Amino acid sequence: MRAAYGATRVLHGIDFAMEEKSITALLGANGAGKTTTLRAICGMVRTEGAIRFAGEPITGKRTEDIVRLGIAHVPDGRGTFLHLTTEENLRLGAYVRKDRANVARDLERVYAYFPRLKERSHQQAGTLSGGEQQMLAVSRALMLAPKLMLLDEPSFGLAPLVVRELFGILRTINAEERVSMLVVEQNAAMALDLADQACVIETGRVVLSGSAAELKKDDAVRRSYLGY
Amino acid sequence: MVTVTILLIAAACALPFVLKGYHTFQATLVLIYAIALLGLNLLTGYNGQISLGHGAFYAMGAYAAAILMDRAGVPYWATIPLAGAVCLVVGFLFGLPALRLEGLYLALATFALAVSMPPILKAHFLEKWTGGVQGIVIMKPEPPAWLAATGIKLNADQWLYFFALAVAIVLFIVAWNLVVGRVGRALVAIRDHHIAAEAMGINTALYKSLAFGISAMYTGIAGALGAIAVQFVAPDSFTVFLSITLLVGIVVGGLASLSGALYGALFIQFVPNIADELSKAAPWAVFGVFLIGFVYLMPTGAAGAVRALTTRLRGVKLSTPKEDIP
Amino acid sequence: MEAVLLQFLAGLATGSIYASLALALVMIYQATHLVNFAQGEMAMFATYIAWALINAGMPYWAAFLLTVAFAFVFGVLIERVVIRPVENAPVLAVVAVFIGLLVILNSIAGWIFTYTIKSFPSPFPAALGIRYMSPHQVGALLVTLAVLALLYVFFRFTPLGLAMRAAAQNPVSSRLVGIRVGWMLALGWGLAAAVGAIAGMMVAPIVYLDPNMMAGILLYAFAAALLGGIDSPGGAVVGGLLVGVLENLLGAFVIGNELKLVVALVLIVGVLLVRPSGFFGSVHVSRV
Repeated sequence: MRAAYGATRVLHGIDFAMEEKSITALLGANGAGKTTTLRAICGMVRTEGAIRFAGEPITGKRTEDIVRLGIAHVPDGRGTFLHLTTEENLRLGAYVRKDRANVARDLERVYAYFPRLKERSHQQAGTLSGGEQQMLAVSRALMLAPKLMLLDEPSFGLAPLVVRELFGILRTINAEERVSMLVVEQNAAMALDLADQACVIETGRVVLSGSAAELKKDDAVRRSYLGY
Repeated sequence: MVTVTILLIAAACALPFVLKGYHTFQATLVLIYAIALLGLNLLTGYNGQISLGHGAFYAMGAYAAAILMDRAGVPYWATIPLAGAVCLVVGFLFGLPALRLEGLYLALATFALAVSMPPILKAHFLEKWTGGVQGIVIMKPEPPAWLAATGIKLNADQWLYFFALAVAIVLFIVAWNLVVGRVGRALVAIRDHHIAAEAMGINTALYKSLAFGISAMYTGIAGALGAIAVQFVAPDSFTVFLSITLLVGIVVGGLASLSGALYGALFIQFVPNIADELSKAAPWAVFGVFLIGFVYLMPTGAAGAVRALTTRLRGVKLSTPKEDIP
Repeated sequence: MEAVLLQFLAGLATGSIYASLALALVMIYQATHLVNFAQGEMAMFATYIAWALINAGMPYWAAFLLTVAFAFVFGVLIERVVIRPVENAPVLAVVAVFIGLLVILNSIAGWIFTYTIKSFPSPFPAALGIRYMSPHQVGALLVTLAVLALLYVFFRFTPLGLAMRAAAQNPVSSRLVGIRVGWMLALGWGLAAAVGAIAGMMVAPIVYLDPNMMAGILLYAFAAALLGGIDSPGGAVVGGLLVGVLENLLGAFVIGNELKLVVALVLIVGVLLVRPSGFFGSVHVSRV
């Protein structure tokens, strides 16, 4: 798959596959093309090549339609609706769903995962802390009852303790809700702990891929991305 | 370019001898509109400050001329520079607060000015000067005595035409000098990249206010000429629709273009006449359709189309597509 | 004292009409950051449709509802067909399109319905009048408040209203939750047009129906929207009432009726220069 912003080619050849119900980490330095890959999956940039979801091609579809297929995107910067309340943000996550009763039940489930959100449910989302907004973003994605969650740098700007807590919850969500996850991260160590599979991207191309355990032991990865 | 201009001027001089009385009057109006459009274009086309209220400056110039002629006995030819001076100052003063208003908000403020103009002109406490609702009637100027002495016989309409032509030529030359020189480049720089221009050391505040002043001066002079030509000023001649007419003129004629002022003037003078055949309301519908149509289809206006055509005929490739058209 | 009270209450009544139109302006501004110069003419055109229906024999409230529905559809169409192509165009292009729309609507109304001034009925029974306010003034105030209440409920408590608010604030994130932002915009225009139509039908009995009736009112609505904060619906309402009262009081006791419109001009320029975000709007800082 190749992708471009306007006339600027950013991805030159991304090739990988994800297994259902697994967590895959996408690693790489700044500007390698990780965010662009997520955006390409969501139909936010021009792409060439094929992207298939559950066997069906989705290249060329509009973002709003891709969402309806069950792909939830937690964007970098979180994309919070700052002027709306926490609960309004969550309800928007379920905008495309028709099963009202289940939505109410999912809202409670989300509050169970993130009790702090319940405390702040009627507060303006812009007043939440960075960590809380990240939880909100993940929760909003969960409200879609997605089959696949795309997470763009969920650890960005968060204290290590908060990241550990968040990633723990992500693992739980993956296990209990059976949601596949594609996680883009610069924090390679924590991402490799979380994920089952991993790919390394460099200047728009996949240069390494395999199980997370293997990559953690790989010397090149250790030196370039884990810092030891 | 120079040959074309000379031919144009020659043709313009020959016109009143070929046309009948009323058509000469219409030609005079075209010249007057061209001057007004030149003014608006300097501000909105070259400098990017959107004015939906230039009809107000036209009105100011018109009333200045009328009041000077009727209440103070000033000869008609002197009212032109005086009206120009008044509008230059008022326009510059307007430009100062306008510095703080961007795009849409400036459009809004000038729109408000245009809508408020008729009530202000009708106000009772100004009636002594403005003549209130009835306005002021002025005398049509006769050709001067020294002209008869040279043996050239002109009637009043023809004389007025040549007078307006002379003013127009002078103003076009001044505008041309401004536009191709440092001032013009500064204005365009401010329009395209306000902050970069300021960073480069251009005194944007001064240039923008000056642009307002000069633009108001041009349109005010046009207003003065218009008052003399029509021999009459009244508040309801200067509604917001006049300002809209001027906007149509520069969009259709071509933004940031001097020749565009001429194309635009021809358009706004003659299209209503033709459209009037259909219905009294039709001229405005036509204006509206052309306004929207040109924005979609010909954003560089008639001048842009002409330039594209002549460039293609000459076989020269446009090096910088965004270059402003003289 | 009684005179002041009279003018104050009359100001509230007309102010509520300004508030409606200002609300329509704010709704469009919130979603697009554009000021709809043609809002007044759209309202005027809808009012003429109502007039035509009533003249054809339709009972008032049936015509009222039909007109509101028509205005809604008309607003949606205008957004999709005329505005969409220039949504991201330079400001001058957008302004030109709005003005073009203004002028076309004005002239078509004049063409179809002629420029003769027509009277427009007020549906409010005499019983509605109170000591200092005519039945129509009371009625207009009540209708406006009802519309505002409905809109408030719609935007705050329905999923569609929430989606529209989201689309206006953050189109990118809205797409990520599956909202069709383009259609939300069109709906916003439809609602704004419907609200404008109601404003037109409330004001027509007072100023009489004529193609140019909305120009002054639009100016007051601009002033109201700016005063309250161009992106604050609540502000638009407060602004509208304030402008109405100010206009009436100043017009009756200070500057005379003919110069009332200048109040709007002064307010507009004043607010833009002194406090562009109005009373309740948010201040925008743009990074360079």
